[in-house]
Amino acid sequence: MIQSFFNAEIAAAAMPIVLDGLLNTILLSLLVVPLGLLGGLILALLASVRHPLVRWPLMAWVDFFRAFPPLVLLVLLFAGLPFAGLELGGFACVAIAFFLNTGAYYGEILRAGIDSVPSGQIEAARSTGLSRLQSMAYVVLPQAVRNVLPDLMSNTLEVVKLTSLGSVVAVPELLFQARQAQSVTYNPTPIVMAAVIYFLILWPLVRLLSRLENRALAARR
Amino acid sequence: MSTWERFLDTFFNAKVMARYLPDILSGVVVTIELAVLIVISGLAAGLALALLRSLGVRPLNWLIVFVVDLFRSLPPLVIIVLMYFGLPAAGLSPSGFVSTWLSLAFVLMAFSEEIFWAGITSIPKGQWEASRSTGLSYGQTLMNVVLPQALRLTIPPLTNRTIAITKGTALGTVVAVTEILGQASSAVSNSYNPSPLMMGAAAYIVLFFPVVVAGRWIETKFAWKR
Amino acid sequence: MAKTIVEARGLHKHFGALHVLKGVDLDVAERELVFVIGPSGSGKSTLLRCLNRLEEPSAGSVVVDGIDLLDPKTDINHARQRIGMVFQSFNLYPHMTALGNVTLALRKVAGKSRAEADAIGRKALERVGLADRADHTPGQLSGGQQQRVAIARAIALEPRVMLFDEPTSALDPELVGSVLGVMRDLRADGMTMVVVSHEMGFARAAADRVLFMDHGVVVEEGPPAAIFENPTQDRTRAFISQIQRH
Repeated sequence: MIQSFFNAEIAAAAMPIVLDGLLNTILLSLLVVPLGLLGGLILALLASVRHPLVRWPLMAWVDFFRAFPPLVLLVLLFAGLPFAGLELGGFACVAIAFFLNTGAYYGEILRAGIDSVPSGQIEAARSTGLSRLQSMAYVVLPQAVRNVLPDLMSNTLEVVKLTSLGSVVAVPELLFQARQAQSVTYNPTPIVMAAVIYFLILWPLVRLLSRLENRALAARR
Repeated sequence: MSTWERFLDTFFNAKVMARYLPDILSGVVVTIELAVLIVISGLAAGLALALLRSLGVRPLNWLIVFVVDLFRSLPPLVIIVLMYFGLPAAGLSPSGFVSTWLSLAFVLMAFSEEIFWAGITSIPKGQWEASRSTGLSYGQTLMNVVLPQALRLTIPPLTNRTIAITKGTALGTVVAVTEILGQASSAVSNSYNPSPLMMGAAAYIVLFFPVVVAGRWIETKFAWKR
Repeated sequence: MAKTIVEARGLHKHFGALHVLKGVDLDVAERELVFVIGPSGSGKSTLLRCLNRLEEPSAGSVVVDGIDLLDPKTDINHARQRIGMVFQSFNLYPHMTALGNVTLALRKVAGKSRAEADAIGRKALERVGLADRADHTPGQLSGGQQQRVAIARAIALEPRVMLFDEPTSALDPELVGSVLGVMRDLRADGMTMVVVSHEMGFARAAADRVLFMDHGVVVEEGPPAAIFENPTQDRTRAFISQIQRH
């Protein structure tokens, strides 16, 4: 049992390949998290224009991507666009898909955060001569982010986990590299290694989140 | 042919769509089966773990917290791949369908346990005391007084999480489950035309968009009123 | 000599290093109203909560209506029906109507049918003057009304004794009277009661006996007139003059 699931020899041989994948997962996360946050910020700022003609289409946009599985979006870009003469490559497809998908999630969270800041805050800021954008940047957003920080962190955890979808379009991230190593060695040890690495990296974040979430739900009463 | 016509002919080719519609529909059935199984077993297991945790047996609770943390930390695709490609080495060979179902059910179990537990612990101690003082047992208090209040509190976060995890049925395509994306992908490679993929995408929207909208409605409906 | 309903002997309670009750004895006779006063942290609420075992005494014995509460063979849930409790913060169930609050234990513990329980529940609500609020949820009731529903929840089970844990402390002053009125009616009907409260006026008018507690012991006890007018202990005198200044 241990021989097949945690074969030391294979683990040693696969280590460089798997670590290579880890590096790419980290780089990918460093790319897609800011990208998603940027997309979310754009959506949330647009939604803060409380006009129904702006709000409803935005809500539909967000709900569309909440309903659409990210893997389907990714495959659509990767396998569909070449028929329109656009070959973007796995990496670019992942970037676009995440910008759209996680942007929608971040956008929804940030919008709720902005909504949670009392309108008196904007009025006070405007009364001191700050512009709309300045009031947003210096007064509203800092409070909004603080109010929804657990949700933002929780979504970031999901985004990092989601980078494993890159393996489907041949982006050499952690899961892809592990599967390569597995198919060469005919032994699941490399995949177990990848799972252990994911767990070790993300566990502290999960622990922290579960504390924050318990507190947040208790405060809702 | 104008550019527009060529675009339509490529991405929404009527002949190809008609030919592969039955495949996509059979994929829809598999996706729904998977989704229903995941939601029922995942939520039931999550609630069971939360109730077990409320008994307050230390070593048991450490185990529950560890299992929950484990399935919150691992990407669902990694769990699916591990089950499908790893378990055969232990003499078990779950099908792609079973691997996807169990993996996502475990993930939903973990997330929902956390949410149920937060709901239960957020009910003030006075509610327990009032109920126990009138003679209700621990179990009766949990079922009649604490859970009804806790569930109401947990419905909005639970709905969102359930939708997000259920969408993961598409991951089954990686382990050869013939759900929508799997059917669409193989149809694309057989027909050299992306129209089946567009159909598959449309099928997901038809399936999940109403659920997301309903989730939004539930969120406002069940927001705790003071 | 009237029958003894509550018989607590040598009660001790530790919370970690804190020694909250240091050997308290308490006897309450049938139809008697015993008032417990004392500064916060004196152990009076803990004493009360030991009397229905919401708090597990570290040592001592509690016998209520002939039932030994600390005997492992005692069905505590059954025994608790005979001991009504009213809390400072009402602790009504927010997801149920007033009637639902009153009938839950009738149905689940006393095994009554819904119709039977409803009839008993409505009568209990009538006794506290809230027959017309049966279908309201706690959120739609004032604090005074909520506390009266909580009293109805307890008396619907026909308890042999009622424990009141600062029942009026969380109420706005203008709502206190309605709750005290209900307690006075209960008293007139012959209910045995143990009341932890700072309502000195009510104690003077209604109590048979007043206990003054401090630092986990009963410092002094006697009829209200004696305790309030002529306390023998310095600690009692200091506490009473402090309370009366407010």
